[in-house]
Amino acid sequence: MTESATSKLLNGDICHRTSNGKKASKNGFVKDHSLFEQPQKYRRPRDKNQNVPHNSSLYKKPFVESFEETPLWVAVLTYMGYGILTIFGYLRDFLRHWDIEKCHVARERDEQKDFVPLYQDFENFYTRNLYMRIRDNWNRPICSVPGAKVDLVERVTHDYNWTFEHTGKVVKDVINMGSYNYLGFAENTGACADAALEVTKMYGVGVGSTRCEMGNLDIHEEMEQLVARFLGVESAMAFGMGFATNSMNIPALMGKGCLILSDELNHTSLVLGARLSGSTIRVFKHNNMQSLEKLLRDAIVHGQPRTHRPWKKILIVVEGIYSMEGSIVRLPEVIALKKRYKAYLYLDEAHSIGALGPNGRGVVDYFGLDSKDVDIMMGTFTKSFGAAGGYIGGKKELIDYLRRHSHSAMYATSMSPPVAQQIITSMKIIMGEDGTTLGADRLRQLSQNTTFFRRRLHEMGFIIYGNDDSPVVPLMLYMPAKIGAFGREMLKRNIGTVVVGFPATPIIESRARFCVSAAHTREMLDTALEAISEVGDLLQLKYSRREQALPSLGWMSEESLLQD
Amino acid sequence: WCSQHDWVEDMSAPAYHLILEGILILWIIRLLFSKTYKLHETYKLTEKEKEELIEEWQPEALVPPVSKDYPTLNYDVVTGPPSHKITINGKDCINFASFNFLGLLDNERVKQKALASLKKYGVGTCGPRGFYGTFDVHLELESRLSKFMKTEEAILYSYGFATIASAIPAYSKRGDIIFVDEAACFAIQKGLQASRSLIKYFKHNDMEDLERLLKEQELEDLKNPRKARVTRKFIVVEGLYINTADICPLPELVKLKYKYKVRIFLEESMSFGVLGDHGRGVTEHFGVNIDDIDLISANMENALASIGGFCCGRSFVIDHQRLSGQGYCFSASLPPMLAAAAIEALNIMEEDPDVFRVLREKCKHVYNALQGTPGLKLAGVPVAPALHLELERSSGSRESDMKQLRSVVDYCMERHVALTLARCLEKEERFLPPPR
Repeated sequence: MTESATSKLLNGDICHRTSNGKKASKNGFVKDHSLFEQPQKYRRPRDKNQNVPHNSSLYKKPFVESFEETPLWVAVLTYMGYGILTIFGYLRDFLRHWDIEKCHVARERDEQKDFVPLYQDFENFYTRNLYMRIRDNWNRPICSVPGAKVDLVERVTHDYNWTFEHTGKVVKDVINMGSYNYLGFAENTGACADAALEVTKMYGVGVGSTRCEMGNLDIHEEMEQLVARFLGVESAMAFGMGFATNSMNIPALMGKGCLILSDELNHTSLVLGARLSGSTIRVFKHNNMQSLEKLLRDAIVHGQPRTHRPWKKILIVVEGIYSMEGSIVRLPEVIALKKRYKAYLYLDEAHSIGALGPNGRGVVDYFGLDSKDVDIMMGTFTKSFGAAGGYIGGKKELIDYLRRHSHSAMYATSMSPPVAQQIITSMKIIMGEDGTTLGADRLRQLSQNTTFFRRRLHEMGFIIYGNDDSPVVPLMLYMPAKIGAFGREMLKRNIGTVVVGFPATPIIESRARFCVSAAHTREMLDTALEAISEVGDLLQLKYSRREQALPSLGWMSEESLLQD
Repeated sequence: WCSQHDWVEDMSAPAYHLILEGILILWIIRLLFSKTYKLHETYKLTEKEKEELIEEWQPEALVPPVSKDYPTLNYDVVTGPPSHKITINGKDCINFASFNFLGLLDNERVKQKALASLKKYGVGTCGPRGFYGTFDVHLELESRLSKFMKTEEAILYSYGFATIASAIPAYSKRGDIIFVDEAACFAIQKGLQASRSLIKYFKHNDMEDLERLLKEQELEDLKNPRKARVTRKFIVVEGLYINTADICPLPELVKLKYKYKVRIFLEESMSFGVLGDHGRGVTEHFGVNIDDIDLISANMENALASIGGFCCGRSFVIDHQRLSGQGYCFSASLPPMLAAAAIEALNIMEEDPDVFRVLREKCKHVYNALQGTPGLKLAGVPVAPALHLELERSSGSRESDMKQLRSVVDYCMERHVALTLARCLEKEERFLPPPR
């Protein structure tokens, strides 16, 4: 079987590789010409993924990523926790069914009782019994600018999260570690806001027409030219919603007979776009270049399944920063693979544009590569630019084709004028074209904040996932009860955090996610870190078993050593 | 002596027996040492062959080349606000092409409210609804919309196209059945595609055809009652169709709903703020109880002169979308200034219900005036604010039809009246509407 043959080549017999590279193995096959060697048999005992890049010559600076493995006792306790919750869930459902307990769940209309039920009972089991208990950690309404400090509307619940009431009071100055405000452009004063005010007065708010009919304003043209210049590509096109950019343009580019290779942890919009396109989809392991290479080779060599016709196009879909893991894509290796196997690359820079790189131009800038190597550069304006919408940049033929064939340009309303103006102003600030150094200052502040925050959390003994340079910081919680407890305890200390559980993450790997922003000052980060440390002690979250290089807090490192 | 003899006799079995056994032993030895072969995937490519295949393979170009004079390649550039008077490519025209039904696009009150919201909240929301992206304006708008439409709850989306395209797959999964009108708009088609359900089309506004399909389905159900008990069935229709500008027969649909036990999803993008005495849409127009419709979805980009969309209905139905509507959970929320603009527009609508009557009269006026145009026929009902002019006699090829219509549009623009060619993607639409 060819599958086992190739895996034998990739896995076994590598130890015999000599410096020439070619050596006949036992079966008589010549060593394969893969670009990347298999990692050595010896692995560092506690890391799931290799954090050593396989072809270090492609990287200009060290690429340090870590995903520390779950300690065994934690995994066991987490499963037990979910098991107990499930048992209780069944018990409560039973009680509700027999009307022993009052049922708060909304019910079907009496006239429609004999219709086929709209939801299956089991679909909502998780929602009813697990999500409802900790529902107050999400959908927290705010009533101010989502900047570094935010005002929350206070809510109370008298029936265990089934309904909420607003008390009318406002919790002021909560440190906001949850909004995607990487460069601090979510502000209501300053150059951006003034420009947006002018534009609203002149153009109004709505547009009322699609892009190709009557909705193409001159401000859209200006914005697109600016985006193209910012990214360093020939041309760009902007859309009103980031999610829709993916789900409407991938189907325009790929169709039947094409192959899409997408990362395991890609965002829902990418998965939806790939599904709607009708192409074959194959998934490779997260950020794993051997897996990707294997898929590419198999695809080209064997062609389409069953008919063995060659594929029309192959598209590799990756993201710049993965928002749940905090990892950065291994772009130099992906580009090397893409060039070798003549595939196309789709890079979704939703979180990394504006946040990475010395000039804020995203992950391409961070690795010092040429943006012409990436065929389709996509990104959103929601995160670093404080606006809304998405864009696609690339060669002129590509963008011309999209102008004609994109679903969004034909059927969906174009972007609102003040939003477009906000993008123009913030981009000019980042590029430095407005004459101040505000952009460069903010970029520097962001990277300093990121490094500081991550280093301190590592020192404290938490398990943090992801690359050392990414402003998205996931902190592992694991146990279901700690999800709710962490969110609430942090709110008591006036810090707003985001906690995520199943189904956005694997079931035992629930986490709290911090988004570092350039608007956070050192004092805010210190306050936050103190609070996190307190809550970490209270909830026993300091799982990390690594030896601490700097015993800055002597007793804490000792504690982590004791866990071994 | 005898037993020994017998034993020897037994030992000396017939010769053919020994020979057969010997052959069998030799055969087994041969099989043991021969090379094994597999029954499937019999070919194994050598590394050299693989490398050659990889070298030889050439992908198609990422995008096929687009000819330079393609009609929709170059957009018309609008300078200045897109309101009643619009400046296209330098020419001032009266705007008959934007969906600005109530004229609220450049209303001063709406602008003032948007400015106030901008000064308070900034422009973007920097997060999805679940993670500090819910503003009090969103909650206010949702409660106002649900009160206006007299339903229990409403949910807000940040993009009009995504509203119905996320709502349908949230309820209808693989194995469910959806009955759709042929003239459904593209957003509905994308929602249907994403849901992976079984789709059955019925002829536009043809209730007999729909009843026939429903009867067929009923017979199928009788054959397999266990499966029928878990298969959900939906009808998706639009209040005022974008593609044909006429109204769906809602009372008959409601009758069919109770007769065959299917649920109705109503898409009211064009009819919200247009039909009905108070602008509540096609349910008010026909006097149908709004609770009979399971889900009403509309976008705010036509009458409300903002951006985004909403769904409203009973809490039982709408609450599900808060966790499973993809365009809601995984996307950033609506910028607060747009939500504030929508609230103000809603205020204006509620204060002055006379504006709907005025709109209807103007529509009738335009309809009657355009009736007798030679060479062009008018598609749509008198109360529709968006009408289609189609060629009476098609020349047979879509391209030349489009060119002719384009020349009509250009002629009108010379005379300072802005019209537009209705665009659609030829390859993607399921039932291609004629050029107009």
